[in-house]
Amino acid sequence: MRFDDPQFRVKVGLAEMLKGGVIMDVTNAEQARIAEEAGAAAVMALERVPADIRAEGGVARMSPVSKIREIQQTVSIPVMAKCRIGHVAEAKILEAMEVDFIDESEVLTPADEENHVYKHPFKVPFVCGCRNLGEALRRIGEGAAMIRTKGEAGSGNIVEAVRHLRTVQRQIRTLTILDEHELMAEAKELGAPFELVRYVAENGKLPVPNFAAGGVATPADAALCMMLGAESVFVGSGIFKSSDPANRARAVVAAVTHWQDAAKLVEISAGLGEPMSGLDIAKLTPEEMLSRRGW
Amino acid sequence: MPAGVLALQGDFEAHILTLRRLGIDAVPVRTAGELAAVDALVLPGGESTTMLKLAGEEGLLEPLRGTIADGRPVLATCAGVVLLAREVEPRQRSLGLLDVAVLRNAYGRQIASAVVPLRVAPALGEPPAMEGVFIRAPRITRTGAGVEVLAWRDEDPVLVRQGTILAATFHPELTDDLRVHRLFAASL
Repeated sequence: MRFDDPQFRVKVGLAEMLKGGVIMDVTNAEQARIAEEAGAAAVMALERVPADIRAEGGVARMSPVSKIREIQQTVSIPVMAKCRIGHVAEAKILEAMEVDFIDESEVLTPADEENHVYKHPFKVPFVCGCRNLGEALRRIGEGAAMIRTKGEAGSGNIVEAVRHLRTVQRQIRTLTILDEHELMAEAKELGAPFELVRYVAENGKLPVPNFAAGGVATPADAALCMMLGAESVFVGSGIFKSSDPANRARAVVAAVTHWQDAAKLVEISAGLGEPMSGLDIAKLTPEEMLSRRGW
Repeated sequence: MPAGVLALQGDFEAHILTLRRLGIDAVPVRTAGELAAVDALVLPGGESTTMLKLAGEEGLLEPLRGTIADGRPVLATCAGVVLLAREVEPRQRSLGLLDVAVLRNAYGRQIASAVVPLRVAPALGEPPAMEGVFIRAPRITRTGAGVEVLAWRDEDPVLVRQGTILAATFHPELTDDLRVHRLFAASL
């Protein structure tokens, strides 16, 4: 894979522009407008927010075309949309609709339990989830221009996001201290393309921006993700399942900018009403854990 | 004093790294206090609506306007140009300090983002071409009498200078061609 390919550079370029911003899940134009007015750097169109997918069950698919169009017509910020893992046709439809970023997402019901979409030929960039460095590098190998740690979507519980962020950062740091003779064995261990393993060992970071997702419910959760090395944050159910979405959205945006300033986080966190209710991850069965989808 | 890079949102880190490659001390700016402690300012790429929102809440818009109007050198890229422009289409607030009109996302959505060869003026030095990385870029549709054009994408002005303001609708911070940042550094 060539990082200097112009098409790949502009894909990663948009991810660069989204840094320090918040990407908010929205299901319709009204929510998209609230998100944009609150300062979201982008919106993510999906059929139902993860908390509802969890509660209602059934197959979660790409957002209806009409909803995506309505969102595109409402906001000027980038519009992302989710396709099912391995659902090449949904991805092609989203590309033809000129969405700005495609999230091949474990939050939707996977269409292919073995293969992810081969993302290089697409003109639109992809973001994919990961729980560890090997998974991140496999997705980048397929052409993802942005990585987000998965966390546990729709849980309102930050514990899985922290686990995945810590795991990725620790595995990156480990690579930087290995001897070059040890890298191939480590690539085998990670199940990751050797050239990407070597890139991370030499640069101490992923070759694409690394955002966090899954379980962010408060400004403090967003600040924590930034402290753990995330370059930006995705918020799903945390906004529109809270008692005051507009104010909470504004607060999460401010927290991602001012995460190093605890005094500001106090101001930002005050008077937001009730956050979404959360789930105890330990009580979820393996089948209920969305982060286990994909590999 | 160091150069500051407005770090509310966007690719501020890329600008900081580019300036440091030129041996310039560069720091992020998120508050009015931090703004008062820098000699020059970069307005990076990102989402202009997000930056406006955050700057407004932080009480940064007037200090920014004052700093730039006072003649402290400024480099703006992409969203930064939208923040500086006198007229923005579709209409949104701006600092109104750069006498140009811009059309946001003028080339289209992300699918139209591209790396495009540019023609550059002699002020940038040799060669007379440069690589322009355009990401959901704005287009300058009018330039005022005091605005000098330093680079073109076909016939569109894409790098302009007005006094101490240098403004690019593309992203020199995402390339290894350091000439735009060097021109900015020369005014420090």
